[in-house]
Amino acid sequence: MRIVNLAHGNLYALGAFVTASLVGNLLAGMRPLFLYFLIPAGAFAAAAVGAILEPTLLRPFYRRAEEYQLLVTFGLLMILEDGLRFIWGPYPLSASTLFSELGSFTVGDAIYPTYNLLVIATGILAAVFLWAFIYRTRFGLLLRATAQDMRRASALGVNVNRVYVQAFTIGCFMAGLGGAIVVPGQSAVLGMGVDALVLSFIVVVIGGLGSLEGALVGALIVGIFREIGITVFPEIELAVLYLIAAFVLLVRPAGLFGRPA
Amino acid sequence: MSTVAIPLTQTLSVKTVAWAVLIAAALAVMPFALGEYQTILLAYGLIFAIAALGLNLLLGYTGLLSFGHSAFFGTGAYAVALMVKYLHVQSMELFLLGTVGASFVVAMLFGFVSVRYTKIFFSILNLALSQVLWSLAYKFYWVTGGTDGLRVPTPTLLGGAVGATDDKVHFLAHAYYYYVLVLFIACVLVMWVIVHSPFGKALQAIRDNETRAKFVGIRIRRYRLVAYLVSGVFTGIAGALWVPLNGLTTPDILYWQFSGEIVFMCVLGGFQYFTGPIIGAVVFNYLKSWVVGATTYWQGLLGVILVVLVVALPTGIVGTAKRLIDKTRGATSA
Repeated sequence: MRIVNLAHGNLYALGAFVTASLVGNLLAGMRPLFLYFLIPAGAFAAAAVGAILEPTLLRPFYRRAEEYQLLVTFGLLMILEDGLRFIWGPYPLSASTLFSELGSFTVGDAIYPTYNLLVIATGILAAVFLWAFIYRTRFGLLLRATAQDMRRASALGVNVNRVYVQAFTIGCFMAGLGGAIVVPGQSAVLGMGVDALVLSFIVVVIGGLGSLEGALVGALIVGIFREIGITVFPEIELAVLYLIAAFVLLVRPAGLFGRPA
Repeated sequence: MSTVAIPLTQTLSVKTVAWAVLIAAALAVMPFALGEYQTILLAYGLIFAIAALGLNLLLGYTGLLSFGHSAFFGTGAYAVALMVKYLHVQSMELFLLGTVGASFVVAMLFGFVSVRYTKIFFSILNLALSQVLWSLAYKFYWVTGGTDGLRVPTPTLLGGAVGATDDKVHFLAHAYYYYVLVLFIACVLVMWVIVHSPFGKALQAIRDNETRAKFVGIRIRRYRLVAYLVSGVFTGIAGALWVPLNGLTTPDILYWQFSGEIVFMCVLGGFQYFTGPIIGAVVFNYLKSWVVGATTYWQGLLGVILVVLVVALPTGIVGTAKRLIDKTRGATSA
């Protein structure tokens, strides 16, 4: 939809904080099975915030130069970051019971936490659902039409404003889900949003803006390179990621899977 | 950015010169009028003004929004710190020389890559490149000190003629303040000449209409690269001046959020005007020091200010003031 949201990482953090506070603190005494179903709460919270933000703060900027979007969402990033601090305080929140509850198993010599399987399954499910949603439903069709040519879609009777809100809300939902699903494994801390933003930004640049397959492949590349980097060249692990992103932008400005604009 | 035109009628009138001299004189007597703390705060503001002025050559005049200028500020700061650590240099002039060289090299590298793109791609590519430097400063702790940063002692000025006294605060608030002030004025003058030269006009032509500029015969990419180099060196100089004042350089100043702050300064002052980034930087500096003291949630408050600014006052302080003055003048003459 050509929205660049610098505050996206903070919605990821919001998802993490909501889930962590629900599962880890407020309802910690409940039965674990029930708690697993509460994990997506963070995603819904992020989606709700997204649904409010798009019409109020982002919509006025579609007509103006793209750079203003960067500025507004940068301001938003600062606000959300401190909003999280205001609500949940400066200390990390964890929901590790869900992580330890599932235990771990061994593959050969390596110990692997069972919870990570759940994370992988959720990731695959989310990707499949998102793909089906965008390429196999009527709403997805409208979404793609609007992204390609907003004015023509509008002239053909598409409620463009609604499509924008929905698309943005889905985007925020996915960010929140990402945050919510990692929180049993690692605690929710301030600043995680900015870190996630920078990583997901590299992912999108490598994969190509506006391409789902690209985002998926980019995420795999970044994930694998990070893991290799941490063991093989820990000092320049992050630098290598940024250099990959810069290199991809140089060779294929539209990213690996993007269509040239 | 191409929708807002910078007034081209600005020329060097007697009135402008008179105002500039008046303001320079006012800045020169500040150490006597203000306390030491306030003077040092003002010095910070002037230094950020140099950085914002550099950024604005790209943002306001060339139409390129860089979200990675912390790279040059940080290059300046780390160039000084590393010169202290490995070469045991103490002279501020050598620092500045080294900084100009270092930031020129970095700007050449980054600029060669990034001026091929415009708009969001340019912004984000710069962000990514600046993050490379940040992660290097962050991870190579045996060179850069990691998150602890590097300490920088007070330098000697004017080839050792003015040395650091025992009273560091007094030195910073007087001798060093004037040093910063002189460089600030020099930078403003140089930038003024650049912006009003044929080269500066060519940049504005590129900003307003790339295709037409190309037809006129302007070599767009080369012009953008030169603008990028000048911009980077200005910001680098600001970084070098900042280090002795702060006494320490940490990877924070290479992080992209600091780039955002420099952009904030330009928007606050009004990037469509020559004086916008200068006023924006000084005001932002006071604003931040006040907000940080007033509340723990200073970041959020600054965010609110930025959002309100972009939504309601896109021409910044200078633009709004100008409009108000025009309005009152119109009212009195009518």
